[in-house]
Amino acid sequence: MATESNLAHTEQPNAGRRDFLYVATAAVGAVGVGAAVWPLINQLNPDASVLAMASTEFDLSSVAEGSSVTIKWRGSPVFVRHRTQAEIDEARAVPLNELKDPATDESRVKEGHAQYLVMVALCTHLGCVPVGDAGEFGGWLCPCHGSQFDTAGRIRKGPAPTNLVVPPYQFLSDTVIQIG
Amino acid sequence: MIKISTIFAAGLLAVGLALPVAAAEQGAHIEKQHWSFAGLFGKYDQNQLQRGFQVFREVCASCHSARLLSFRNLEQPGGPEFSEAQVKALAAEYTVVDPEAPEGSRKALPSDAWPGTGQSDADLAAAFGLVPPDLSVIAKARKVNDAFPNWVFNYFTTYSEGGVDYMHALLVGYEEEVPAGTVDSQGQPYVLPDGKFFNEVFPGHAIGMPPPFSDGQVAYANADGSDVPAEMLTADQYSKDVSAFLMWVAEPHLNEHKSAGFRVLTFLLLFAALMWFVKQRLWRKVEH
Amino acid sequence: MSAHESNYNPTNPVEKWLDERLPLVRFAKATIIDFPTPKNLNYWWTGGAILTFMLAVQIVTGIILAMHYTPHISMAFDSVEHIRRDVNGGRMIQATHAVGASMFFLAVYLHIFRGLYFGSYKAPREILWILGVIIFVLMMGTAFFGYVLPWGQMSFWAAQVITNIFAAIPIVGEPILHLLRGGFAVDNPTLNRFFSLHYLLPFIIAAVVGLHIWALHVPGNNNPIGVEVKSNRDTVPFHPFYTMKDLFAIVVFCIPFAWFVFFAPDILGHPDNYIEANPLVTPPHIVPEWYFLPFYAILRAIDFNFILDSKLLGVIAFGGSIVILFFLPWLDTHKVRSGTFRPTFKWFYWVFVANFVLLTWYGAQAADMKIIGGLTVADTSKLSVAYYFGYFLIILPLLSRFEKPKPLPNSISESVLKHAPATN
Repeated sequence: MATESNLAHTEQPNAGRRDFLYVATAAVGAVGVGAAVWPLINQLNPDASVLAMASTEFDLSSVAEGSSVTIKWRGSPVFVRHRTQAEIDEARAVPLNELKDPATDESRVKEGHAQYLVMVALCTHLGCVPVGDAGEFGGWLCPCHGSQFDTAGRIRKGPAPTNLVVPPYQFLSDTVIQIG
Repeated sequence: MIKISTIFAAGLLAVGLALPVAAAEQGAHIEKQHWSFAGLFGKYDQNQLQRGFQVFREVCASCHSARLLSFRNLEQPGGPEFSEAQVKALAAEYTVVDPEAPEGSRKALPSDAWPGTGQSDADLAAAFGLVPPDLSVIAKARKVNDAFPNWVFNYFTTYSEGGVDYMHALLVGYEEEVPAGTVDSQGQPYVLPDGKFFNEVFPGHAIGMPPPFSDGQVAYANADGSDVPAEMLTADQYSKDVSAFLMWVAEPHLNEHKSAGFRVLTFLLLFAALMWFVKQRLWRKVEH
Repeated sequence: MSAHESNYNPTNPVEKWLDERLPLVRFAKATIIDFPTPKNLNYWWTGGAILTFMLAVQIVTGIILAMHYTPHISMAFDSVEHIRRDVNGGRMIQATHAVGASMFFLAVYLHIFRGLYFGSYKAPREILWILGVIIFVLMMGTAFFGYVLPWGQMSFWAAQVITNIFAAIPIVGEPILHLLRGGFAVDNPTLNRFFSLHYLLPFIIAAVVGLHIWALHVPGNNNPIGVEVKSNRDTVPFHPFYTMKDLFAIVVFCIPFAWFVFFAPDILGHPDNYIEANPLVTPPHIVPEWYFLPFYAILRAIDFNFILDSKLLGVIAFGGSIVILFFLPWLDTHKVRSGTFRPTFKWFYWVFVANFVLLTWYGAQAADMKIIGGLTVADTSKLSVAYYFGYFLIILPLLSRFEKPKPLPNSISESVLKHAPATN
């Protein structure tokens, strides 16, 4: 409780100039606070050593027909399946209207490389790793909650809402792919 | 009230008491170099870092590791800035151990760390008397001893190049013979132990590392393949370039900090000025 | 909570509802808006705000660093380098924390020396002063634990030397040493517990700071003339007068802070801490961080046996140099607070300041370095130690009895009017 006599609050003649000074200072201060807070949040983002692992190269020639391997991409498992002609035919014979998440087999592989199926190996339900060569559809079966996927990795039965995710990848040569 | 003059007097008194001893600093004189990354506006010289990397790779790396350096660092902004393809090709020249790879090892990728010397610590220790130090942060683990009052000025000039100045002086500080008149700490004529080399700058003078550079040893080449002037192909130049490179290895984001620092300081000065006016305006009618 | 009433009158029903249940707004208004503050405070009184700001900076950056740091002897050093190299903006955050420790101590020393000059420890502010000394001790502990975490050579040998201080205690010294280290030597258990404590202590500091501010709000601020507030004419409300002045001071303080963070982040540290800890090799010249140097000099100056052995005596002197601060309100009982009106005190005070700077300098030198003639640092620093203790134990009590002060102004407003800068 200071005395009124001391307070220079009611300074009418200069009010406009005073307001401008206060508003400008507050604005500059707010910019400063914002600029200081951003790095404190940005440090939570993936760091340079993590980003350096963001893309992985893989040589497909080591995967024999009818087998699959699991590789690591961005810390998660990725299935690389070298499909047999029978598996491809089976996947392509399924009518789209029978599918929960309709997608053609062609849309899940790269043109000219239909034998190679590359998918993030995490069930789209709650993220468990499905087991290969299992289930009613000759594809994958998730051990956690029983989702079943066919030979194109499409959801056919169980709680998973969507097909197994195909990561972004490209063929660098006939046998080498780069994921990510 | 505390008067500024009183504080000044107290400071002078303290300095006066300290002065008689200030002269007693020891160690060889180290000539400070001009570095492109010194000072407020300092930036690494990309060409120098590329040359320094060549020296490091061809000379130093056979005995010294640099475990905190990754191939990918060589392409990041503010460094030697090799292209992505260059770094990939460079990494592929090296083999790294990887338990997950089919043969337990594979070609290095840009994300891999610098692979080390390829020699065991025991072999290196047998050759040099101790394991040569890792060079990842060596540029910040060494310094130049500045006598009073010079070190006081360092706070104002932001002198942070003591490590590279020391390194450069060390790399060119070899003598083939112990110079006449050199004495040891007891004042006796200096005797160089077997298997050691005499270095003017190294504490105790007896260093295990043989003189690393000779003129013309590292063949610098221009990007277009043309010849590099002979004055660039000297031990002194190699020392400077590799020191600069190791400074970058130790402080890879220096360019970034310094430009950020300039923006921050500009902001603070502006904001301080505004706050001063705000404060003055508030207090104008208050007797205080 | 505080001695002054709030004039908070909520009009909005939500505010009223809250005020009847948890009078948080009322409390905030009373303590940081209406709080009547002497109107003659100078810039030495902005230290409290600067220190609060620094504590916040250290806690925020510290929590961030802990997200990326690994407290294990085989990974600690590299994880700090990982922060500097790979984490987004990590180098600047790490540098802010490391330089921040120095700036924090710089501010706390200015704050303490302001209190010493203006008699801020005298009645009725003894508890306020004692809480301040407790904060200072906690800060020293926190800074020490934090310095060990990067696990460089200086970190390791600081841990070694400082824990060894406790070994000087007779009989129980050795068991206490093992208890502190969690082993026979400084090792992984030591690093782990230091990390835990380094995370814990700042929050205890924050709690004691709360008490410190509470204890400040009971009698109110001391002021440069040391005459208590007599009427409303002597004060202004804390906001906006002191909030804005403090904010200005904080911004100015940030200028040298940013200077070091961005342009010379390692200049206040020691190059040897860029060498990973090696329990087999001690660096040739180990020194603590600059803010511990005066006390380190006191510890080292006692190199003679006198009834007790020199090591224990050194530790007693070291501990005593801080413990003595707790008793200061009863050592200096002169009825005049401010040094401004104590002509003799003033001289001894400034010699004390210079002596403290000198102790800092001694702490950084090798003990056997020659000063004058055959005298070494170890010899001459004894004189400084003697003055340090003499100031508190002899000079201040004697001055309390015999010093004749200059006449005091009747009130703050009177002193202000006498030399009011009319042209402001």
